[in-house]
Amino acid sequence: MSKNTGLIADKLRSERVGPVTFHVAHNECLAITGASGSGKSLLLRLVADLDPHTGTLILDGENSLSMSGHVWRQRVAYFPAEPGWWSESVSDHIADTLKARTLIEAVGLPERMLAAEIRGLSTGERQRLALVRGLLHHPQVLLLDEPTSALDPQSTSLIEDLIMHQKNEGRIIVLVSHNAAQVERLADRRAILRDGRLEEVA
Amino acid sequence: MSPALITPFDLGIAACLILACALASQILALKTGRSIVIAALRMSVQLLLIGNVLLFVFGQTSLFLTFAVLAVILCAGTFEAGNRQTSRMTPRWHYGIAGASILFGAALATSMGFLTSLRPHPLFAARATIPMAGLIIGNVMNATSLTLNSLLSAVTRDRSAIEARILLGATRLKALEDPIRKALRTALIPTLNQMSAAGLVTLPGIMTGQLLAGMSPVAASRYQIVLMSLVIFGNLAGATLAAVLTCLHLTDERGRLRLERIR
Repeated sequence: MSKNTGLIADKLRSERVGPVTFHVAHNECLAITGASGSGKSLLLRLVADLDPHTGTLILDGENSLSMSGHVWRQRVAYFPAEPGWWSESVSDHIADTLKARTLIEAVGLPERMLAAEIRGLSTGERQRLALVRGLLHHPQVLLLDEPTSALDPQSTSLIEDLIMHQKNEGRIIVLVSHNAAQVERLADRRAILRDGRLEEVA
Repeated sequence: MSPALITPFDLGIAACLILACALASQILALKTGRSIVIAALRMSVQLLLIGNVLLFVFGQTSLFLTFAVLAVILCAGTFEAGNRQTSRMTPRWHYGIAGASILFGAALATSMGFLTSLRPHPLFAARATIPMAGLIIGNVMNATSLTLNSLLSAVTRDRSAIEARILLGATRLKALEDPIRKALRTALIPTLNQMSAAGLVTLPGIMTGQLLAGMSPVAASRYQIVLMSLVIFGNLAGATLAAVLTCLHLTDERGRLRLERIR
């Protein structure tokens, strides 16, 4: 795989993380593990250009600074473990309910969920809806922060299938997970974040 | 009818009312007795001072003096507007945004009034400009202060909701449009209440003053309609500028939320 394609983070650094350098190709999943508080979520935020940082981010040969921040984030989507909601109704977040139906089904939620109120949903339902919401924007890179932390084994399996499907469709996946079995199932490569530095595991 | 002249004895009665309020506050354990007395003293000193300053300024025909008085009112308004928030930006930005917004809203509304319906002669005469601009500055100050208060609280409280929109590729102003709308609605509530109640529940201050000074009630009503229209226009202009500038300051050129800029 050419180094000109895929996602490159070069000497990415903020106050608490880095410098971190890695490359993830299309159709590839890099899993990042590490102790709690090691900065895994912060690293994903840096890759999504959500926090100030130094270093370089390149996607398919294009530097993040060559485009506006919001355009970068349309292509590089970060899915936090606890997603935020700006309105009470699910339909306010997912405008195109027709397109969402297939994804809703894929994550194991009933279609009526699209008409639900956010406050009535469980943490796991919110987590899956946030995934649907983000995937509808067709990002090229998925930065997944503990995507199944609030899910039962059956739902976890569905989400893992969806992640595998996205990977096979050509998406670049960066996965943060404490679940070693999940990392084993999904990741092509694994790296550990320790003292703010990323160490690739053979 | 000639306006009533307030004698030192009348002022003494007013002082007794203040002291009665302070006493009641002590008896009811409201812990506001001291504040009532300090506020009353401050108000009295400020009003007597401005009364004497205006007496001097009205006697001159100096545009410079008129604008100097307005500059002092603007500075005081900026300090008051910026001083009412629990969450603040750095002083330079906090007071800078408050001052720029008040100046923008008040200058726009006052100029609009003077150049269209009110047309004092000579234009910007101290007797017309200072009370008119002062009234509008006071109102825009409240609107700006409420906007800053609402917006700074909302961005801190709703951080994850705002970031959710940023994560989905929204521009910074798009991501912050809900807190901006809420802040502007909050800023306009006092004026809207005032407009709804005008004439039914209360007679507005300026209209009352004009009636006491002997103006025809119909003429005073028309004057008040124009004034309230200018006030809400200035309030919305000032509040909008305050909201946009605050949002631009609390985000950066990459569209990231920069809440560390709130202290």
